[in-house]
Amino acid sequence: MTTTATLYDHAHARTGDKGNRVNISLIAYDAADWDWLVAQVTPERVAAHFAHRRPTNVTRHLLPKLAAMNFVLDDVLDGGVNDTLNLDMHGKSLSFHLLTLPVQPPSQPPSKTEETK
Amino acid sequence: MQDLAVGCGAGFSGDRVDAALPVVRTLVARGGPAALIFEMLAERTLATAQLMRRADPTKGYEPLLDLELRPVLAECLRHGITIVGNFGAANPQGAARRIVELARELGLAPPRVAVVSGDDLSGAPQRALLREALGGGFDEARFVCANAYLGAFEIADAIRQGAQIVVTGRVADPALTLGPAIAHYGWARDDWDRLAGATMAGHLLECGAQVSGGYFADPGRKDVPGLDDVGFPIAEIAADGSCVVTKAAHTGGLVDLRTVKEQLLYELHDPAAYITPDVVADITQAELVQLGPDRVRMSGVRGHARTPTLKACVFFEGGWLGEAEISYAGPGAEARARLAMDVMHKRCGADMALRFDLLGLCSILGDDANRLLEAAPHGALQDLRLRVAGRHDDVRVIDRLLREVTALWTGGPAGGGGVRTAKRQRLSMRSCLVPRSGVPVGVEILEPEVAA
Repeated sequence: MTTTATLYDHAHARTGDKGNRVNISLIAYDAADWDWLVAQVTPERVAAHFAHRRPTNVTRHLLPKLAAMNFVLDDVLDGGVNDTLNLDMHGKSLSFHLLTLPVQPPSQPPSKTEETK
Repeated sequence: MQDLAVGCGAGFSGDRVDAALPVVRTLVARGGPAALIFEMLAERTLATAQLMRRADPTKGYEPLLDLELRPVLAECLRHGITIVGNFGAANPQGAARRIVELARELGLAPPRVAVVSGDDLSGAPQRALLREALGGGFDEARFVCANAYLGAFEIADAIRQGAQIVVTGRVADPALTLGPAIAHYGWARDDWDRLAGATMAGHLLECGAQVSGGYFADPGRKDVPGLDDVGFPIAEIAADGSCVVTKAAHTGGLVDLRTVKEQLLYELHDPAAYITPDVVADITQAELVQLGPDRVRMSGVRGHARTPTLKACVFFEGGWLGEAEISYAGPGAEARARLAMDVMHKRCGADMALRFDLLGLCSILGDDANRLLEAAPHGALQDLRLRVAGRHDDVRVIDRLLREVTALWTGGPAGGGGVRTAKRQRLSMRSCLVPRSGVPVGVEILEPEVAA
């Protein structure tokens, strides 16, 4: 089976929480990747990637000068730090879940995947 | 006028207590005007402190206050480094008195300590405002406490009145940094761009090492030298509100564009409108430049007029959380752990919604409704720990849940081991906006002779 490229190879991320809402920053390592990352990492795809946490809304803010995006996911913490039963009550680890989102870097045609298992 | 350097000594209650001293030494070596901030008050920390104060009226301030200040108090006083901290928590007066005592124990001249008050909205007149703001969400019977996020100008007033140490309860975290900057530069209340610049400098500092290599390392991709000795950050704030972020000398860690970007966006929603009590900051045009090793300049932050309201966090008793764990290992471990899950569901599932985690398979990314865990294919993992968690208003029901997990020892699947159980009271939080006129902000300087 083939392994597709993921965001993890092209960007880094950090989660912050406020109430029942998290924000996840997504920062390109290389500003040259910015355009295709913006095209591929849409709020819709991010919402689908976190579907099991049932976000009621996903907003994407763009920061081109920093080659960064900021995703705000509403209602994904089962009530937030004071209410959830989750061990990770802040949702801190969610940033690394975002980094598992598959992407298709333009220099990498579909036939030439990174590695094969 | 020389630039003001602001160092961070702690980024949360529970942070490393040996982090502040290298920061202070760096500020002393640099010379010039300086302040040291301690941010120790997460959303929930204050409600916990309120409960501590109810149990003992002399307590309710930051429990680590002594451990944080003892190593640096003498140096800061000697070199004129202003200390600003929200370590007052639910009892700023108590913290201030303790600092005066601590100075005496250390053989220091009595310091001038200021207390910023007014954040506590638990009194009757303020409670009426909260009831209005929250409507049906305000549960009088379960009410614990409420605090407004105050701004930086009271901190600045205290410093201008000669305070060497400023103790606050709830203030907006960046206000700890903005306050000394306002006092130093004499900025006006509508110097929006400058206020916004120093606010974002404060935002970078307020989580301690999170801007200087902490909470950043990912081996092979984002390597950080000397993470075990990560240095805490310092921002050199210029008269125009721009700043250079660096860190304590002779420490581990890293300040670069990546660490600064991650922290700049931390806990931020709309980057064009970061709302604080003093200004609405806009970082969409912010520019970051690496000036040299561990030195990043931030400029271009813009500010807009502050809002007419302050944010308040309101806490209510939230029942009890119970959680218990048991481990399974070797062949068939996953099937046995799943069987234990089934037993728990059948014995306690009617009492409350149970969350299950299988540590080693799915324990973090899942949701309280167990959707992700239920979707995970059954496998043959051989080292697993089952966690069961639930919440109930009645502690007896929680006690029964914990007993039932313990009883898996003899009545559950084969080979279960390592049962641990825990329960704790929960606090539910609601936030709302209150008019500034309803928040009675004040500054009090404890005159040394009075305090002694």
